Amino acid sequence: MSTTALKSTRVWEAVLPAVVALGLAAVLGDLLILSFGESPAAVWTLLVKGTWGNAYGIGQVLYKATTLTCTGLAFAMAGRAGLFNVGAEGQLAAGGFGAAVMGLLLPSALPAVLAIPLCVVSAMMVGAAVGALPGALRAKFGASEVIVTIMLNFIVLALLNWIVSAKLHLPETLRTPDIAAGNVPRLADTFAMFRGSAANFTLLFAVAAAVAGWWYLFRTRSGYELRAVGLQPEAAEYGGVKVPRVLFVSMAISGALAGLGGVNFVLGYKGYYEEGFAGGAGFLGIAVALVGRNHPFGILAAALLFATLSQGGLAVNAVVPKQLTDILTAAVILSVATAVPEVQQQIRAAAASVTASLARKSTQGVGA
Amino acid sequence: MILLAFILQTLRIAVPYLLAAAGGVMSERVGIIALGLEGLMLSGAFGAALGSYYGNSPWAGLLGALVAGGLITSLLAVSTIRFRANQVVVGVAINLIVAASTRYFLRLVFDSSSNSPRVPGFGGEGIGNAMFASFLNPVVWIGLAALPALGWVLYRTPFGLRVRAVGEKPEAAATLGVAVNPMRLKGLYIAGALASLGGAYLALDQHQFTDGMTAGRGFIALAAVIFGRWEPVRVGVACLLFAGAETLQIQLQGAQLVPSQFVEMIPYVLTIVALAGVVGRSVAPAALGKTD
Repeated sequence: MSTTALKSTRVWEAVLPAVVALGLAAVLGDLLILSFGESPAAVWTLLVKGTWGNAYGIGQVLYKATTLTCTGLAFAMAGRAGLFNVGAEGQLAAGGFGAAVMGLLLPSALPAVLAIPLCVVSAMMVGAAVGALPGALRAKFGASEVIVTIMLNFIVLALLNWIVSAKLHLPETLRTPDIAAGNVPRLADTFAMFRGSAANFTLLFAVAAAVAGWWYLFRTRSGYELRAVGLQPEAAEYGGVKVPRVLFVSMAISGALAGLGGVNFVLGYKGYYEEGFAGGAGFLGIAVALVGRNHPFGILAAALLFATLSQGGLAVNAVVPKQLTDILTAAVILSVATAVPEVQQQIRAAAASVTASLARKSTQGVGA
Repeated sequence: MILLAFILQTLRIAVPYLLAAAGGVMSERVGIIALGLEGLMLSGAFGAALGSYYGNSPWAGLLGALVAGGLITSLLAVSTIRFRANQVVVGVAINLIVAASTRYFLRLVFDSSSNSPRVPGFGGEGIGNAMFASFLNPVVWIGLAALPALGWVLYRTPFGLRVRAVGEKPEAAATLGVAVNPMRLKGLYIAGALASLGGAYLALDQHQFTDGMTAGRGFIALAAVIFGRWEPVRVGVACLLFAGAETLQIQLQGAQLVPSQFVEMIPYVLTIVALAGVVGRSVAPAALGKTD
């Protein structure tokens, strides 16, 4: 098969499951809207208008997409190494907490050029630590990272809950005091039209993380080793890759990326850490990475899609329950996960039969 | 008397864990990762409230739970067995889909964003001692019997032998004429039924469905499955242990010896320790997660 044909096969493999999933979600959405006695067309219009129809909606979508990009990248980075990081939820919360603690400790006179990077590094370090633990247990003892990350979510959230409620909260609340330094400016400070929306310049960190993630995975030796371990660990080991080390490093990077997502809420939006701010964004990262096919640029696009659904739910909540879009999000995950192996099989079978018929033709040509 | 109260309360708290964990053992023993237990339980709880409300009887509630759990199990089965989708992703998706759709239908059916109206449960109101009253609930007895019965089935019946074969070495089972996927399907439906009964217990015990009422119990059951090394009796002991810690926590609330958050962590910490193999390593069924 020629390389262009191979490339187009790959593109189809990547895009087709998402298209199938969105088609299914649209039908399911229609049915759910009808079950509430509303007109699907009107609800969909409302959803689009409430998200991409005005600057506030766009700002909210960008804000949500920022966190989702980080958790999506986190899942993908582990996924490329053949690991499942189901712990982005806890890593996200821990990252936000790390950012808040640094922001509380720094003197308020510290200029933003210093304070913001320190807080961001703190968020990523704490996230990395939470990610590294399951990485280490997997590398050293072969403990299933799926189970360890799930269990660690509960442990981390309970621990943070205890620290905040017992040591660090404002009276009558479940949040820390306002941070002294490290606030990331809102988009609205520069572009007045976004006024009122939570969108902030953490957005740039998320995009930078996607670009850096792409560079690391596809342009560095270490990233190549990581992908090699994900594709075929035995072969990678035979090729001289230290597999346990790669497993550990990929989980630490993964945790750091999820931790970066915490910056968006803590430094960019509220200016403090609050109990439960992660709110499922860690789990949605799985959806983002899945639809983005574990590719950093695919993830940017998928994050926008799921952020639109999430914000769109709020836009239509007056007419149909906002959980409509949560159901659709889950339906997209389920159908993409289900369609991927099937689409791969079908496309490969089709490609193989085309190749076979081409081969037959060329031998016939030789014969004649 | 205090000890008796402690034991009774522990058993009551343990019932949903025992049922869901029995489902978890069954599912993982046929090779399907039981990440969807939480969603299956929640669907069972909602189905139970729905059935009990419209049928005006807790038995209709149990039927409702089995139907709702069966629907969700079908989704799980089609994607993991027929289409060989990744089980971790499907498990997460199942939990999200049930959490969202129970909220959606709560608003559609009961026009509420938090809870259903009061539904009939299994009696006991007329009996003076509330502590014993809950033992009139047949689900309690099903829960207590589930894991020992599962242990007997797995190790003493031909069906159980096939289940174990499919989960350990599906190729070998297939060679001996065991139809692997139909076995997985049966195992998954049994698992779904057990987990949804666990959810039904919660809804019928509290006489209503409340949003997100399983509150992570499916994951505690999963922790018990792993901590109990996929052996039904050990898993049952793990459930009782976790429930006992919770009871202790509730009864000592006034004393504040240990912050409640640390008690909450116990099942998860123990599971991680068991997986890391500090004392006797937990080893999963060999074919767990591999459906291709």
